[in-house]
Amino acid sequence: MLLKLKGGRVYDPANGVDGEIRDLYVRDGQIASTPAPDERIDREYDLGGRVVMAGAIDMHTHIGGGKMNIARAMLPEDHRADPVARTAITRASCGHAAPGTFATGYRYAEMGYTACFEPAILPVNARQAHLEMGDTPMVDKGGYVMLGSDDFLLRLMAAGEDQKLINDYVAWTLQATHCIGIKVVNPGGISAFKFNQRTMQLDEAHPFYGVTPRDILRVLSRAVHELGVPHPLHVHSSNLGVPGNVDTTLGTIRASEGLPIHLTHIQFHSYGTEGDRKFSSAAARVAEAVNSTPNASCDVGQVLFGQTVTASADSMSQQRNSGFANPPKYVVMDIECDAGCGVVPFKYRDRNFVNALQWAVGLEIFLLVNDPWRVFLTTDHPNGAPFTTYPHLIRLLMDRTFRNERLGLIHPDAQALTTVGSIDREYSLYEIAILTRAAPAKLLGLADLGHLAPGARADITVYRNDPDRERMFSAPEYVFKDGDVVVRDGKVVKVTWGRYHRVQPEYDHGIERRLKDHFDRYQTMRADHMRITPDEMHAFGHGADVVTHPCRR
Amino acid sequence: MPASPVIPEAVSNVACPFCGLVCDDLEVSTAAGRVTVQANGCALALAAFERGNSDGGTGPRIDGVPASLADAAATAARLLLGSRLPVIGGLATDVEGARAAGRLADRLGGVLDHMNSATFLRNTMVLQDSGWIATTLSEVRNRADLLIVAGGDVVSRFPRFFERCIANGDTLFGEGRTCDVIFLGPGVPAGSTIPGIVPTVIPCDVTQLAAAFGLLRALLAGRPVQAESAAGMPLATWRSLVERMKVARYGVMAWAAGDFPFPHAELTVQSLCELVKELNLEGRFSGLPLGGSDGDITADAVHLWQTGFGSRTSFGQGIPENDAYHHSTARLLARGEADVLVWISSLNEARTPPPTSIPTIVLGCTGMAFEREPAVFIPVGTPGLDHAGHLFRTDRVVALPLQQLRPSTLPSVADVLAAIHAALEES
Ligand SMILES: [Zn+2]
Repeated sequence: MLLKLKGGRVYDPANGVDGEIRDLYVRDGQIASTPAPDERIDREYDLGGRVVMAGAIDMHTHIGGGKMNIARAMLPEDHRADPVARTAITRASCGHAAPGTFATGYRYAEMGYTACFEPAILPVNARQAHLEMGDTPMVDKGGYVMLGSDDFLLRLMAAGEDQKLINDYVAWTLQATHCIGIKVVNPGGISAFKFNQRTMQLDEAHPFYGVTPRDILRVLSRAVHELGVPHPLHVHSSNLGVPGNVDTTLGTIRASEGLPIHLTHIQFHSYGTEGDRKFSSAAARVAEAVNSTPNASCDVGQVLFGQTVTASADSMSQQRNSGFANPPKYVVMDIECDAGCGVVPFKYRDRNFVNALQWAVGLEIFLLVNDPWRVFLTTDHPNGAPFTTYPHLIRLLMDRTFRNERLGLIHPDAQALTTVGSIDREYSLYEIAILTRAAPAKLLGLADLGHLAPGARADITVYRNDPDRERMFSAPEYVFKDGDVVVRDGKVVKVTWGRYHRVQPEYDHGIERRLKDHFDRYQTMRADHMRITPDEMHAFGHGADVVTHPCRR
Repeated sequence: MPASPVIPEAVSNVACPFCGLVCDDLEVSTAAGRVTVQANGCALALAAFERGNSDGGTGPRIDGVPASLADAAATAARLLLGSRLPVIGGLATDVEGARAAGRLADRLGGVLDHMNSATFLRNTMVLQDSGWIATTLSEVRNRADLLIVAGGDVVSRFPRFFERCIANGDTLFGEGRTCDVIFLGPGVPAGSTIPGIVPTVIPCDVTQLAAAFGLLRALLAGRPVQAESAAGMPLATWRSLVERMKVARYGVMAWAAGDFPFPHAELTVQSLCELVKELNLEGRFSGLPLGGSDGDITADAVHLWQTGFGSRTSFGQGIPENDAYHHSTARLLARGEADVLVWISSLNEARTPPPTSIPTIVLGCTGMAFEREPAVFIPVGTPGLDHAGHLFRTDRVVALPLQQLRPSTLPSVADVLAAIHAALEES
């Protein structure tokens, strides 16, 4: 099967293509080079006037796993307001803040996304996360597995064990859980909360193990680097949401000691304490630090106004935030000497000073980080807003007039404290293609995603070139997944199951004896049962292919 | 049909599907196709694995007449195609069966309702209304220095709970742990003991526990208290209990919703959970909801992630509509609103379908006996015995792999539902 996508305006930053009129060819699910003149074209799509990009990649979205299912259980009223009806080819589900897995897949595809990465998989909960992602149709999936508050690691560190052993443990965890990266959340803090500690500073000793968050960041970023895992350590810093947390954030960037580090939902970590209300934007300082630290990258975690639910492994922070729950209900959990979680429904309001400033802080980050390859477009779904707000966010970035209109609607004191109105920058389509395609693929080590050169997967999104960028990015005309049209005019026309992406770094199997002993003595499941088998992955994913990406060493 | 893997004669690290703890450390022998628990089995597990050895021999039946699986599936499909509102009830199955049941309910516009919903919803309503602070089994095993059990004895429903989570000698944080155990209610049945545990029993009236939790909350907050007693126990008892709770380093309040079999029990659960939340303003305290038996947490988890709603969800209008009252199996049968019942019960042959006059399709354990022969009976394997599968544990966090332990020709629930689904598409 040979397809020709004729005459579209192509934005393919990975290959330096900036809006050139080009023909693309698709053969057997991949982008193909220009065929010989006598080859038969099976189907031609005339894309004159259309904008063509690779399928979009969301590198940080909470689409599956225990905390999202708790959020679903807590929010029947939210589901009822957004029912998703079955069709001849799609399943009934629900949408909005904590959507069902089916609706998640359909709606991502309908926005032109073809890959999603779940950023907070607890090792003990990995099986559930993969089951949920397996039931998420349309898109490719992958996950980052969490370490850093698990007693096994903290014990290794407290005992002064060699980095080599920690690397073995990190690699074992990646293999057992089929993940593509390592995440750390409030390093050591989730464990400290179990000892009734309520805050954790970067250089504060853990109440039992004595190690500090900085120590944890150092050994984990080193492990990721030495194992050759492409994705840098994915860091949710200490002090999420706390006024003045900018110092922690700048310290965290330095804590990797020059090794690659990714700071997630950095908006929630860019607050100062200036002004009458002791709450101010520190986005400029954070952006400057990112600009001057080539080994650092960030995703924003933009806040957009409306009802949502916050779901995080950061039980310490979520307990602190539980008083702001709206509606007033929350769940906080300690989990299996492994991690924790907290789920707090939240309504961001433009007339609330703090929420309004959070909105502005996110936009400042987007506009002040110079290198579009190191800042990623996320709302930390659903924590800042549901992923379905992405087209609106893209318009805020691309359209200064629209942005300033919106700015005029927020709390006046927040308007006065933000520089958003004074920044002229407007993102180009090329830059949007970097943020949502080329850069995530590069950061995760996905050689055949996020671009349109021959050999890439034929995950392609075709938009009408509408000056209203929100409308444009809401409903692509075509989405191709592995060469098949799966979305037409913003509606799913074919259901597929995507692929899984993972890494499988090598390790010394001696670590398994220690793990067995640890699990037998202290845990309530066997270490063997932590390991998800290839057969399980195959069954969970409705037969989806599992792709192992190489580690660099 | 399950594949026929080579099953070793001695299998270790076997996960047991017969209660919500899903203990995964059983040692089992399988010589000559006979499954015997050699170590780490509780009385429930021993009996259930043994039951599995005596069944077999029955095949599918249509109106009591032996039939092939294909014919039974085709007859089931025909009944379902003619149905206005089928109920897919029971749902005692593994993840794979729950996934298939969700797909079938979506296809047919039916209702999903687990056999334990009435109990299970006592907790769900609290999650939906106010939430909770909760913990999991390994945290209890390592951290708890005070365990309060509200309402029941735990051990009759979850026999190895104390052995695995309280009576362990060492923890991550030191050797020779101690954990005080307090029962609110009857405690363990007279004459029985829990090895290694000397509990304190506060023999209060379980139906009045909500009032007792209210009193404890008032005492905790230092509010003036008028009552001289609550739940049949004097104020002094509650006063000393709240002092004990306040000094716990890591307190745990466990309950099984099944131990609250009285109207509006969700309010008891809610007052318990609010008390636990308030204890966390100063210290650490966690709830431990105990459930998960008969696959109730498994079915709930799967249907939640697929559609946003767990048990008692109707797809009759093409969207998931959850209603704890209107979509109960008992009500739909009593009011004549359901016209076909699919009853799924693969974990315990005693859990038979409720009495009804509407056509019933049973996917059940082979030894299942009926008061009224169902229109279609398809014997299915038990996950973790006849075929592999997955089951969620009580804490909603850990999903454990179940393995096949004996040669079996019995199909899984997922297999049978897939066959019915295929027959639906053919007609
Ligand atoms: Zn996140």
